[in-house]
Amino acid sequence: MSEVKKIATRESYGNALVELGAEHEEIVVLDADLAAATKTGMFKKAYPDRFIDCGIAEQNMMGVAAGLAAAGKVPFASSFAMFAAGRAFEQVRNSIGYPHLNVKIGATHAGISVGEDGATHQCNEDIALMRTIPGMTVICPSDDVEARAAVKAAYEHDGPVYMRFGRLAVPVINDRPDYKFELGKGVVLREGKDVTVIATGLCVAASLEAADLLAAEGIDAKVINIHTIKPLDEELVAAAAKETGKVVTVEEHSVIGGLGSAVCDALCARYPVPVLKIGINDVFGESGPALELLKKYGLDGEGIFRRIKDFVK
Amino acid sequence: MEKLELQKMANEVRKGIVTSVHAAKAGHPGGSLSSADIFTYLYFEEMNIDPADPKKADRDRFVLSKGHTAPGLYAALALRGYFPVEDLKTLRHTGSYLQGHPDMKGIPGVDMSSGSLGQGISAAVGMAIAGKMDDAAYRVYTLLGDGEIQEGQVWEAAMLAGFRKLDNLVVIVDNNDLQIDGSIQEVNSPYPIDKKFEAFNFHVITIDGNDFDQIADAFREARGTKGMPTAIIAKTVKGKGVSFMENQVGWHGVAPSDEQYEIAMKDLERAGEALCQK
Repeated sequence: MSEVKKIATRESYGNALVELGAEHEEIVVLDADLAAATKTGMFKKAYPDRFIDCGIAEQNMMGVAAGLAAAGKVPFASSFAMFAAGRAFEQVRNSIGYPHLNVKIGATHAGISVGEDGATHQCNEDIALMRTIPGMTVICPSDDVEARAAVKAAYEHDGPVYMRFGRLAVPVINDRPDYKFELGKGVVLREGKDVTVIATGLCVAASLEAADLLAAEGIDAKVINIHTIKPLDEELVAAAAKETGKVVTVEEHSVIGGLGSAVCDALCARYPVPVLKIGINDVFGESGPALELLKKYGLDGEGIFRRIKDFVK
Repeated sequence: MEKLELQKMANEVRKGIVTSVHAAKAGHPGGSLSSADIFTYLYFEEMNIDPADPKKADRDRFVLSKGHTAPGLYAALALRGYFPVEDLKTLRHTGSYLQGHPDMKGIPGVDMSSGSLGQGISAAVGMAIAGKMDDAAYRVYTLLGDGEIQEGQVWEAAMLAGFRKLDNLVVIVDNNDLQIDGSIQEVNSPYPIDKKFEAFNFHVITIDGNDFDQIADAFREARGTKGMPTAIIAKTVKGKGVSFMENQVGWHGVAPSDEQYEIAMKDLERAGEALCQK
């Protein structure tokens, strides 16, 4: 196999902000003392007058972003997922969500692939938290191409958006000329008739790997990339369930409340089929190199393959 | 507006508070009444606003960080012409646009939704930063409770406001000395409030917040203050204007009965008549 290009989606976030910032004066970027890690430092360098470092005060940052939006700016409030969605949940809910203000939240370092920092910084709950807020759009891109497109789509969308990015460099899988990002639309990456694998974020690439391994065992898996968890592409999910009769969800997030739950919510109402939810099984993470952790928690291609094989049997 | 006119208007605002909370059978009269004079001064004298164009770009902004005193804000907005005074009686009713706490989506003149304590000041800081970025002339005002400043977020916001020298921002603390569980000094004293804001690089002015001369002087001084935000510590009387509510912690968040409503309105009618004879 040829060398696959790898880029962390937090890099994509930083790059996209710089590009967008050149075109749109009203874009302002906020951070909470993590500009080097969230990659908003690139925007700070390019447009220092439109960068607001709030210091280590995420709750205030979300409120400041709300005020900026109320005054006509398009703020991108940035921090680690743990602090953006976790610590500042109520500020996001009440100061941004309730008034439906046009604030974009760029949450990096989501999931266990944070790695060595361990459980305190590995947020496996953010999708669950954010998708319960009425009117909140939740996006979890799978690679660099999609992440950059997602940032642009978030800007174009009028209303609050939560974007989930990772720390770990992940394979670029969407680098094709006809790639198009449509908010709320799932993407079928591989057709198959035995089972549908619905994945998000860095689990999309791993699920494609798993599908190759399944194919070698005679199992034909359809793979869908869900980059927008809310609003979910329910039509596509229900149609795939009907087509294959079995569904697997894969996410670097708790199996409680994330993509798996969103898919189950949709299928319960539209076309109930057995669903296997692969994710973090209601436990905290731990320290370790990201790739080792993904393997340990069963979120690498091999681990996903084994679970699906058992499920389909 | 002349002082006497402001006093008369504040008395009308107080009637609006008592009427709306009574009609709602719920709400927060105590802190609404303590800050009625500040609401009146802001909406009838201080702020550059236009009720016919509530969202005009260059308007001054107000964020009611102590959102539970919405009855005071709503009464001032209604009397200023943002919506019918009659509508105050629909406060907190199912289907009414006058929500229990300020809702910018549905209420003309409300610049920011608020109610969860500690959050409004951050939004006000954001608006003030936007004003600075755009070199706009508008000013931003936010009213906090003295109990509210126990919230840590208030000090995160104050730190950023002081650091960024937001001299287009005025933070007013309604220092009525009472919170739900009792005196602020007994619950978890935020004193000295003035020294705290000074330490966060604010220009601090302490006034009698129920005295229009002092209120006017303070806002004038804030306007003239450059290079730092202003904090006005307004010493007020909780329940001000209604005899049986004054300085009574029990009137933080309950509505008057029909009988109590009659007494309260009589107090305010008498106060109004006295002002008319001046």
